[in-house]
Amino acid sequence: MLKQLTRWTALAIAVTLPLSANAHRAWMLPSTTVVSGDNAWISVDAAVANDLFYFEHHPLVLEGIGQPPQRADGNARPRAANRLVITAPDGEEVAAQNGHVGKYRSVFDVEITQKGTYKLAVAGAPRYFARYKENGEERRWMGELADVGDALPANAQDVQVSQMESRMEVFVTSGEPTDSVFAPTGQGLELQPITHPNDLFAKETAEFVFLLDGKPAAGVEVNVIPGGIRHRDGLNDIRQTTDADGKVAFTWPSAGFWWLEAKVVQEDGMQAPLTQRRATYSATLEVMAP
Amino acid sequence: MRTWFLLPLAAFAAHASAAEMTVSVEVPRLAVAEYHRPYVAIWIENGEGHVADLSVWYDLKLQDNEGEKWLKDMRQWWRRSGRSLALPVDGLSGATRPVGEHSLTFPADHSALAALKPGDYQLVVEAAREVGGRELVRLPFSWPVADQTEHQVSGKTELGNISLNIQP
Repeated sequence: MLKQLTRWTALAIAVTLPLSANAHRAWMLPSTTVVSGDNAWISVDAAVANDLFYFEHHPLVLEGIGQPPQRADGNARPRAANRLVITAPDGEEVAAQNGHVGKYRSVFDVEITQKGTYKLAVAGAPRYFARYKENGEERRWMGELADVGDALPANAQDVQVSQMESRMEVFVTSGEPTDSVFAPTGQGLELQPITHPNDLFAKETAEFVFLLDGKPAAGVEVNVIPGGIRHRDGLNDIRQTTDADGKVAFTWPSAGFWWLEAKVVQEDGMQAPLTQRRATYSATLEVMAP
Repeated sequence: MRTWFLLPLAAFAAHASAAEMTVSVEVPRLAVAEYHRPYVAIWIENGEGHVADLSVWYDLKLQDNEGEKWLKDMRQWWRRSGRSLALPVDGLSGATRPVGEHSLTFPADHSALAALKPGDYQLVVEAAREVGGRELVRLPFSWPVADQTEHQVSGKTELGNISLNIQP
Protein backbone atom coordinates (compact mmCIF):
# COMPACT_ATOMS: atom_id res chain seq x y z
CA MET A 1 0.00 0.00 0.00
CA LEU A 2 2.70 2.43 0.95
CA LYS A 3 4.62 1.67 -2.20
CA GLN A 4 1.57 2.25 -4.36
CA LEU A 5 1.13 5.62 -2.85
CA THR A 6 4.69 6.71 -3.24
CA ARG A 7 4.31 8.41 -6.56
CA TRP A 8 1.23 10.35 -5.68
CA THR A 9 2.58 11.11 -2.26
CA ALA A 10 5.66 12.58 -3.82
CA LEU A 11 3.48 14.76 -6.00
CA ALA A 12 1.34 15.76 -3.06
CA ILE A 13 4.44 16.73 -1.15
CA ALA A 14 5.65 18.71 -4.09
CA VAL A 15 2.40 20.63 -4.15
CA THR A 16 2.22 21.23 -0.44
CA LEU A 17 5.89 21.91 0.11
CA PRO A 18 7.05 24.19 -2.64
CA LEU A 19 10.06 25.24 -0.60
CA SER A 20 11.59 21.96 0.44
CA ALA A 21 14.93 21.35 -1.17
CA ASN A 22 14.04 18.38 -3.34
CA ALA A 23 10.48 19.28 -4.15
CA HIS A 24 9.15 20.33 -7.47
CA ARG A 25 7.51 23.68 -7.67
CA ALA A 26 3.80 23.99 -8.27
CA TRP A 27 2.67 27.09 -10.07
CA MET A 28 0.08 28.78 -12.23
CA LEU A 29 1.12 30.99 -15.12
CA PRO A 30 -1.48 33.42 -16.47
CA SER A 31 -1.36 34.70 -20.05
CA THR A 32 -1.41 38.20 -18.58
CA THR A 33 -2.21 39.92 -15.30
CA VAL A 34 -3.28 43.30 -16.69
CA VAL A 35 -6.17 43.52 -19.11
CA SER A 36 -7.93 46.40 -20.83
CA GLY A 37 -11.21 46.62 -22.68
CA ASP A 38 -14.39 44.60 -22.38
CA ASN A 39 -14.75 40.91 -23.29
CA ALA A 40 -11.45 40.14 -21.62
CA TRP A 41 -10.18 36.61 -21.05
CA ILE A 42 -7.05 35.12 -19.61
CA SER A 43 -5.67 31.63 -20.13
CA VAL A 44 -3.72 29.91 -17.37
CA ASP A 45 -1.22 27.04 -17.33
CA ALA A 46 -0.98 25.08 -14.08
CA ALA A 47 1.92 22.71 -13.59
CA VAL A 48 4.21 20.98 -11.15
CA ALA A 49 7.71 21.38 -12.51
CA ASN A 50 11.15 22.35 -11.29
CA ASP A 51 11.89 25.21 -13.61
CA LEU A 52 9.97 28.44 -13.82
CA PHE A 53 7.91 28.60 -15.91
CA TYR A 54 8.33 25.49 -18.02
CA PHE A 55 5.78 22.70 -17.90
CA GLU A 56 7.84 19.56 -18.13
CA HIS A 57 6.90 17.28 -15.26
CA HIS A 58 3.29 16.92 -14.14
CA PRO A 59 0.08 18.84 -14.65
CA LEU A 60 -1.28 20.53 -11.54
CA VAL A 61 -4.53 18.59 -11.35
CA LEU A 62 -7.38 20.83 -10.29
CA GLU A 63 -10.84 19.72 -9.28
CA GLY A 64 -13.35 20.02 -12.11
CA ILE A 65 -10.78 21.08 -14.67
CA GLY A 66 -10.27 18.63 -17.49
CA GLN A 67 -9.97 14.85 -17.22
CA PRO A 68 -7.48 13.90 -14.48
CA PRO A 69 -4.81 11.45 -15.59
CA GLN A 70 -5.59 7.82 -14.79
CA ARG A 71 -3.07 5.71 -12.97
CA ALA A 72 -1.79 2.70 -14.86
CA ASP A 73 -3.09 0.28 -12.23
CA GLY A 74 -6.59 1.68 -12.51
CA ASN A 75 -6.77 2.71 -8.86
CA ALA A 76 -8.35 5.99 -8.03
CA ARG A 77 -6.13 8.86 -6.96
CA PRO A 78 -5.36 8.54 -3.28
CA ARG A 79 -6.74 11.97 -2.48
CA ALA A 80 -8.93 14.70 -3.86
CA ALA A 81 -7.48 17.07 -6.43
CA ASN A 82 -6.64 20.60 -5.43
CA ARG A 83 -9.53 22.99 -5.71
CA LEU A 84 -9.12 26.22 -7.62
CA VAL A 85 -11.21 29.12 -6.38
CA ILE A 86 -11.52 32.14 -8.65
CA THR A 87 -12.88 35.19 -6.86
CA ALA A 88 -14.21 38.19 -8.79
CA PRO A 89 -13.91 41.78 -7.53
CA ASP A 90 -17.51 41.63 -6.25
CA GLY A 91 -16.64 38.59 -4.11
CA GLU A 92 -18.51 36.07 -6.25
CA GLU A 93 -16.84 32.83 -7.26
CA VAL A 94 -16.26 32.46 -10.99
CA ALA A 95 -15.91 29.12 -12.78
CA ALA A 96 -12.86 28.29 -14.87
CA GLN A 97 -13.70 27.39 -18.47
CA ASN A 98 -12.26 25.23 -21.23
CA GLY A 99 -10.36 23.07 -18.77
CA HIS A 100 -7.90 20.55 -20.08
CA VAL A 101 -5.30 18.32 -18.50
CA GLY A 102 -2.35 17.39 -20.66
CA LYS A 103 0.74 15.38 -19.98
CA TYR A 104 2.64 18.25 -18.45
CA ARG A 105 0.12 20.95 -17.64
CA SER A 106 -3.46 21.78 -16.88
CA VAL A 107 -4.95 24.66 -18.82
CA PHE A 108 -8.04 26.74 -18.16
CA ASP A 109 -9.53 30.06 -19.19
CA VAL A 110 -11.14 32.75 -17.08
CA GLU A 111 -13.55 35.28 -18.50
CA ILE A 112 -12.94 38.69 -16.96
CA THR A 113 -16.32 40.40 -16.99
CA GLN A 114 -15.88 42.79 -14.07
CA LYS A 115 -13.53 45.69 -13.61
CA GLY A 116 -11.13 45.30 -10.74
CA THR A 117 -8.88 42.60 -9.32
CA TYR A 118 -9.57 38.87 -9.56
CA LYS A 119 -7.88 36.24 -7.42
CA LEU A 120 -7.12 32.69 -8.51
CA ALA A 121 -6.32 30.61 -5.44
CA VAL A 122 -5.44 26.99 -4.84
CA ALA A 123 -5.56 26.34 -1.11
CA GLY A 124 -7.65 24.01 0.98
CA ALA A 125 -7.76 22.24 4.29
CA PRO A 126 -4.48 21.33 6.03
CA ARG A 127 -2.91 18.03 5.03
CA TYR A 128 -1.16 15.67 7.37
CA PHE A 129 2.02 13.88 6.65
CA ALA A 130 4.04 11.48 8.75
CA ARG A 131 7.62 10.39 8.37
CA TYR A 132 9.01 7.57 10.48
CA LYS A 133 11.33 4.60 10.56
CA GLU A 134 10.18 1.02 10.67
CA ASN A 135 12.89 -1.59 11.22
CA GLY A 136 15.41 1.03 10.17
CA GLU A 137 13.62 1.83 6.91
CA GLU A 138 12.30 5.30 6.08
CA ARG A 139 8.49 5.33 5.74
CA ARG A 140 5.95 7.98 4.84
CA TRP A 141 2.27 8.33 5.37
CA MET A 142 -0.41 10.83 4.36
CA GLY A 143 -3.96 10.98 5.59
CA GLU A 144 -6.33 12.44 8.12
CA LEU A 145 -4.89 13.55 11.43
CA ALA A 146 -7.39 11.36 13.30
CA ASP A 147 -6.06 8.27 11.55
CA VAL A 148 -2.39 8.76 12.23
CA GLY A 149 -2.41 6.74 15.45
CA ASP A 150 -3.85 3.67 13.76
CA ALA A 151 -1.94 4.06 10.52
CA LEU A 152 1.54 3.97 11.97
CA PRO A 153 2.94 0.64 13.15
CA ALA A 154 3.56 0.16 16.86
CA ASN A 155 7.29 -0.09 16.29
CA ALA A 156 7.52 3.18 14.36
CA GLN A 157 10.53 5.24 15.38
CA ASP A 158 11.60 8.83 14.85
CA VAL A 159 8.00 9.76 14.13
CA GLN A 160 7.45 13.22 12.70
CA VAL A 161 3.90 14.28 12.03
CA SER A 162 3.49 17.48 10.03
CA GLN A 163 0.53 19.67 9.37
CA MET A 164 0.98 21.21 5.97
CA GLU A 165 -0.93 24.17 4.63
CA SER A 166 -0.34 25.74 1.28
CA ARG A 167 -1.82 28.55 -0.73
CA MET A 168 -1.01 29.39 -4.31
CA GLU A 169 -2.34 32.57 -5.88
CA VAL A 170 -2.46 34.62 -9.06
CA PHE A 171 -3.98 38.08 -9.39
CA VAL A 172 -5.42 39.62 -12.53
CA THR A 173 -6.78 43.14 -12.90
CA SER A 174 -9.09 44.65 -15.49
CA GLY A 175 -9.00 48.43 -15.31
CA GLU A 176 -8.26 49.91 -11.90
CA PRO A 177 -6.76 47.56 -9.29
CA THR A 178 -9.08 46.86 -6.34
CA ASP A 179 -8.51 45.31 -2.90
CA SER A 180 -11.63 43.26 -2.21
CA VAL A 181 -9.97 39.89 -2.89
CA PHE A 182 -7.29 40.49 -0.28
CA ALA A 183 -9.62 40.06 2.70
CA PRO A 184 -7.73 37.39 4.65
CA THR A 185 -9.27 34.00 5.36
CA GLY A 186 -7.39 33.93 8.66
CA GLN A 187 -5.97 30.48 7.96
CA GLY A 188 -2.42 29.64 7.01
CA LEU A 189 -0.01 32.00 5.34
CA GLU A 190 -1.48 34.82 3.26
CA LEU A 191 -0.29 37.91 1.42
CA GLN A 192 -1.55 41.38 2.24
CA PRO A 193 -0.48 43.94 -0.31
CA ILE A 194 0.95 47.31 0.56
CA THR A 195 1.90 47.51 -3.10
CA HIS A 196 -0.84 46.00 -5.24
CA PRO A 197 0.44 42.82 -6.93
CA ASN A 198 -0.88 44.03 -10.27
CA ASP A 199 1.03 47.29 -9.99
CA LEU A 200 4.59 46.00 -9.98
CA PHE A 201 7.25 47.65 -12.12
CA ALA A 202 10.92 46.86 -12.65
CA LYS A 203 13.29 49.10 -10.64
CA GLU A 204 10.50 49.92 -8.20
CA THR A 205 10.14 48.54 -4.69
CA ALA A 206 7.07 46.54 -3.75
CA GLU A 207 6.02 45.92 -0.15
CA PHE A 208 3.90 43.06 1.11
CA VAL A 209 2.82 41.92 4.55
CA PHE A 210 2.52 38.22 5.33
CA LEU A 211 -0.16 37.02 7.70
CA LEU A 212 -0.19 33.74 9.57
CA ASP A 213 -3.70 32.83 10.66
CA GLY A 214 -4.70 36.42 9.96
CA LYS A 215 -1.97 38.09 12.02
CA PRO A 216 1.22 39.75 10.71
CA ALA A 217 3.96 37.12 10.85
CA ALA A 218 7.57 38.04 11.63
CA GLY A 219 10.46 35.94 10.41
CA VAL A 220 8.73 34.50 7.35
CA GLU A 221 11.23 33.52 4.66
CA VAL A 222 10.15 35.05 1.38
CA ASN A 223 11.93 34.29 -1.85
CA VAL A 224 11.29 35.63 -5.33
CA ILE A 225 12.66 34.04 -8.51
CA PRO A 226 12.40 35.42 -12.02
CA GLY A 227 11.03 33.09 -14.71
CA GLY A 228 13.20 31.97 -17.58
CA ILE A 229 15.43 29.77 -15.40
CA ARG A 230 16.23 27.39 -18.25
CA HIS A 231 17.95 30.07 -20.27
CA ARG A 232 20.45 31.26 -17.70
CA ASP A 233 22.92 29.83 -15.21
CA GLY A 234 21.94 31.43 -11.92
CA LEU A 235 18.67 31.16 -10.07
CA ASN A 236 18.85 34.96 -9.53
CA ASP A 237 16.54 34.72 -6.58
CA ILE A 238 16.14 37.40 -3.93
CA ARG A 239 15.67 36.27 -0.34
CA GLN A 240 14.11 38.35 2.39
CA THR A 241 12.64 37.74 5.81
CA THR A 242 9.59 39.55 7.11
CA ASP A 243 10.24 42.15 9.82
CA ALA A 244 8.44 42.48 13.14
CA ASP A 245 5.39 43.83 11.32
CA GLY A 246 5.33 40.94 8.87
CA LYS A 247 6.55 43.25 6.14
CA VAL A 248 8.93 42.47 3.33
CA ALA A 249 10.17 44.62 0.43
CA PHE A 250 11.49 43.65 -2.98
CA THR A 251 13.04 45.88 -5.61
CA TRP A 252 12.51 44.09 -8.92
CA PRO A 253 15.66 44.14 -11.04
CA SER A 254 13.83 43.15 -14.20
CA ALA A 255 10.41 42.82 -15.77
CA GLY A 256 8.73 39.51 -16.40
CA PHE A 257 6.88 36.82 -14.50
CA TRP A 258 8.30 36.19 -11.02
CA TRP A 259 7.51 33.38 -8.63
CA LEU A 260 7.15 34.30 -4.98
CA GLU A 261 7.34 31.68 -2.26
CA ALA A 262 6.98 32.20 1.48
CA LYS A 263 7.36 29.66 4.22
CA VAL A 264 6.86 29.35 7.95
CA VAL A 265 7.86 26.29 9.94
CA GLN A 266 6.67 25.99 13.53
CA GLU A 267 7.89 23.28 15.87
CA ASP A 268 7.21 24.82 19.26
CA GLY A 269 3.92 24.38 21.05
CA MET A 270 2.61 21.66 18.77
CA GLN A 271 -0.25 19.56 20.01
CA ALA A 272 0.42 15.80 19.88
CA PRO A 273 0.64 13.89 17.64
CA LEU A 274 1.81 16.88 15.58
CA THR A 275 5.49 17.70 15.75
CA GLN A 276 5.62 20.37 13.10
CA ARG A 277 3.50 22.82 11.16
CA ARG A 278 4.55 24.03 7.72
CA ALA A 279 2.62 26.84 6.07
CA THR A 280 3.57 27.99 2.61
CA TYR A 281 2.37 30.64 0.24
CA SER A 282 3.28 31.08 -3.39
CA ALA A 283 2.21 33.49 -6.09
CA THR A 284 3.09 34.15 -9.69
CA LEU A 285 3.59 37.89 -10.09
CA GLU A 286 4.01 39.90 -13.26
CA VAL A 287 6.51 42.74 -13.06
CA MET A 288 5.98 45.26 -15.85
CA ALA A 289 8.70 47.00 -17.77
CA PRO A 290 8.96 50.66 -16.73
CA MET B 1 6.44 77.55 -36.90
CA ARG B 2 3.94 77.05 -39.66
CA THR B 3 2.25 80.05 -41.14
CA TRP B 4 -1.27 78.71 -40.60
CA PHE B 5 -0.59 78.82 -36.95
CA LEU B 6 0.40 82.49 -37.03
CA LEU B 7 -3.01 83.67 -38.13
CA PRO B 8 -5.04 82.74 -35.06
CA LEU B 9 -2.07 83.68 -32.94
CA ALA B 10 -2.10 87.18 -34.37
CA ALA B 11 -5.77 87.49 -33.61
CA PHE B 12 -5.40 86.47 -29.98
CA ALA B 13 -1.93 87.70 -29.24
CA ALA B 14 -3.07 90.69 -27.24
CA HIS B 15 -5.66 88.71 -25.31
CA ALA B 16 -4.83 87.47 -21.82
CA SER B 17 -6.49 84.09 -22.33
CA ALA B 18 -4.71 83.39 -25.59
CA ALA B 19 -2.37 80.87 -23.97
CA GLU B 20 -2.42 77.64 -25.87
CA MET B 21 -0.38 74.57 -26.48
CA THR B 22 0.35 72.90 -29.78
CA VAL B 23 1.70 69.38 -29.71
CA SER B 24 3.12 67.90 -32.87
CA VAL B 25 3.71 64.16 -33.02
CA GLU B 26 5.38 62.46 -35.94
CA VAL B 27 4.40 58.89 -36.71
CA PRO B 28 7.53 57.64 -38.46
CA ARG B 29 7.57 55.57 -41.62
CA LEU B 30 8.95 52.15 -40.74
CA ALA B 31 10.35 49.54 -43.10
CA VAL B 32 8.49 46.52 -41.73
CA ALA B 33 6.66 43.71 -43.45
CA GLU B 34 3.53 44.05 -41.36
CA TYR B 35 2.64 47.58 -40.37
CA HIS B 36 -0.16 48.74 -38.13
CA ARG B 37 -0.68 52.31 -37.08
CA PRO B 38 0.56 52.80 -33.51
CA TYR B 39 -1.59 53.41 -30.50
CA VAL B 40 -0.44 56.73 -29.05
CA ALA B 41 -1.14 58.39 -25.70
CA ILE B 42 -0.22 61.99 -24.98
CA TRP B 43 -0.41 63.32 -21.46
CA ILE B 44 1.08 65.75 -18.93
CA GLU B 45 2.99 64.75 -15.82
CA ASN B 46 4.67 66.64 -13.03
CA GLY B 47 7.13 65.40 -10.42
CA GLU B 48 4.34 63.64 -8.60
CA GLY B 49 2.94 61.81 -11.60
CA HIS B 50 0.04 62.06 -14.01
CA VAL B 51 -1.65 65.43 -14.24
CA ALA B 52 -3.89 65.36 -17.32
CA ASP B 53 -4.49 63.45 -20.52
CA LEU B 54 -4.38 65.28 -23.82
CA SER B 55 -5.10 62.62 -26.40
CA VAL B 56 -5.26 58.85 -26.94
CA TRP B 57 -5.24 57.32 -30.39
CA TYR B 58 -6.43 53.76 -30.74
CA ASP B 59 -8.54 51.58 -32.95
CA LEU B 60 -12.06 52.79 -32.20
CA LYS B 61 -13.75 51.01 -35.07
CA LEU B 62 -13.12 47.35 -34.28
CA GLN B 63 -16.20 45.32 -33.42
CA ASP B 64 -17.13 44.95 -29.74
CA ASN B 65 -14.54 47.59 -28.77
CA GLU B 66 -11.88 44.98 -29.46
CA GLY B 67 -9.38 47.82 -29.96
CA GLU B 68 -9.47 48.59 -26.25
CA LYS B 69 -7.89 45.22 -25.56
CA TRP B 70 -4.49 46.61 -26.53
CA LEU B 71 -4.67 49.92 -24.65
CA LYS B 72 -2.70 48.30 -21.82
CA ASP B 73 0.27 48.01 -24.16
CA MET B 74 0.79 51.73 -23.62
CA ARG B 75 1.75 50.48 -20.22
CA GLN B 76 2.77 53.71 -18.50
CA TRP B 77 -0.29 55.56 -19.73
CA TRP B 78 -2.43 52.59 -18.77
CA ARG B 79 -0.97 52.66 -15.29
CA ARG B 80 -1.09 56.41 -14.84
CA SER B 81 -4.50 57.04 -16.29
CA GLY B 82 -6.05 54.62 -18.77
CA ARG B 83 -7.01 51.92 -16.34
CA SER B 84 -9.16 54.34 -14.34
CA LEU B 85 -11.04 55.72 -17.35
CA ALA B 86 -14.30 54.58 -18.92
CA LEU B 87 -13.41 54.65 -22.58
CA PRO B 88 -14.00 56.16 -25.02
CA VAL B 89 -13.71 59.62 -23.46
CA ASP B 90 -15.10 62.53 -25.48
CA GLY B 91 -12.38 64.91 -26.56
CA LEU B 92 -9.67 62.43 -25.57
CA SER B 93 -10.17 59.26 -27.59
CA GLY B 94 -9.30 59.49 -31.26
CA ALA B 95 -8.59 57.17 -34.14
CA THR B 96 -5.08 55.97 -34.90
CA ARG B 97 -3.15 58.20 -37.31
CA PRO B 98 -1.14 57.43 -40.43
CA VAL B 99 2.55 58.04 -41.01
CA GLY B 100 3.31 61.78 -40.91
CA GLU B 101 3.21 64.79 -38.59
CA HIS B 102 0.08 65.39 -36.59
CA SER B 103 -0.60 68.68 -34.89
CA LEU B 104 -2.95 69.03 -31.96
CA THR B 105 -3.83 72.42 -30.53
CA PHE B 106 -5.14 72.78 -27.02
CA PRO B 107 -6.60 76.20 -26.14
CA ALA B 108 -6.30 77.64 -22.64
CA ASP B 109 -9.86 76.64 -21.83
CA HIS B 110 -9.18 72.99 -22.63
CA SER B 111 -9.95 71.07 -19.45
CA ALA B 112 -6.34 69.86 -19.16
CA LEU B 113 -4.83 73.35 -19.44
CA ALA B 114 -7.50 75.26 -17.55
CA ALA B 115 -6.62 73.25 -14.44
CA LEU B 116 -2.86 73.38 -14.98
CA LYS B 117 -1.21 75.25 -12.11
CA PRO B 118 1.99 77.21 -12.79
CA GLY B 119 4.95 74.89 -12.53
CA ASP B 120 7.32 72.46 -14.21
CA TYR B 121 5.85 69.64 -16.22
CA GLN B 122 6.64 66.98 -18.76
CA LEU B 123 4.78 66.23 -21.92
CA VAL B 124 4.75 62.43 -22.24
CA VAL B 125 4.10 60.64 -25.52
CA GLU B 126 3.87 56.85 -25.52
CA ALA B 127 3.42 54.75 -28.66
CA ALA B 128 2.77 51.01 -28.95
CA ARG B 129 2.41 49.22 -32.26
CA GLU B 130 0.82 45.85 -32.99
CA VAL B 131 3.56 43.32 -33.87
CA GLY B 132 5.99 46.19 -33.33
CA GLY B 133 7.69 48.01 -30.50
CA ARG B 134 6.82 50.51 -27.86
CA GLU B 135 8.44 53.84 -27.01
CA LEU B 136 7.94 56.57 -24.47
CA VAL B 137 9.29 60.08 -24.93
CA ARG B 138 9.33 62.91 -22.38
CA LEU B 139 9.56 66.62 -23.10
CA PRO B 140 10.00 68.97 -20.11
CA PHE B 141 8.25 72.35 -20.11
CA SER B 142 7.16 75.11 -17.79
CA TRP B 143 3.64 76.52 -17.60
CA PRO B 144 2.65 79.20 -18.21
CA VAL B 145 5.18 81.08 -20.33
CA ALA B 146 5.94 84.77 -20.71
CA ASP B 147 7.14 84.34 -24.28
CA GLN B 148 6.35 81.85 -26.95
CA THR B 149 8.33 78.70 -26.19
CA GLU B 150 9.24 75.81 -28.41
CA HIS B 151 10.42 72.40 -27.13
CA GLN B 152 11.53 69.56 -29.33
CA VAL B 153 12.68 65.96 -28.93
CA SER B 154 12.98 62.97 -31.23
CA GLY B 155 11.91 59.43 -30.61
CA LYS B 156 14.25 56.67 -31.69
CA THR B 157 12.03 53.82 -32.80
CA GLU B 158 8.27 54.17 -32.69
CA LEU B 159 8.07 57.95 -32.56
CA GLY B 160 9.59 60.63 -34.78
CA ASN B 161 9.84 64.33 -33.93
CA ILE B 162 7.82 65.51 -30.98
CA SER B 163 7.45 69.25 -30.60
CA LEU B 164 5.62 71.41 -28.14
CA ASN B 165 4.81 75.04 -28.84
CA ILE B 166 3.44 77.08 -25.96
CA GLN B 167 1.94 80.51 -26.46
CA PRO B 168 1.82 82.99 -23.56
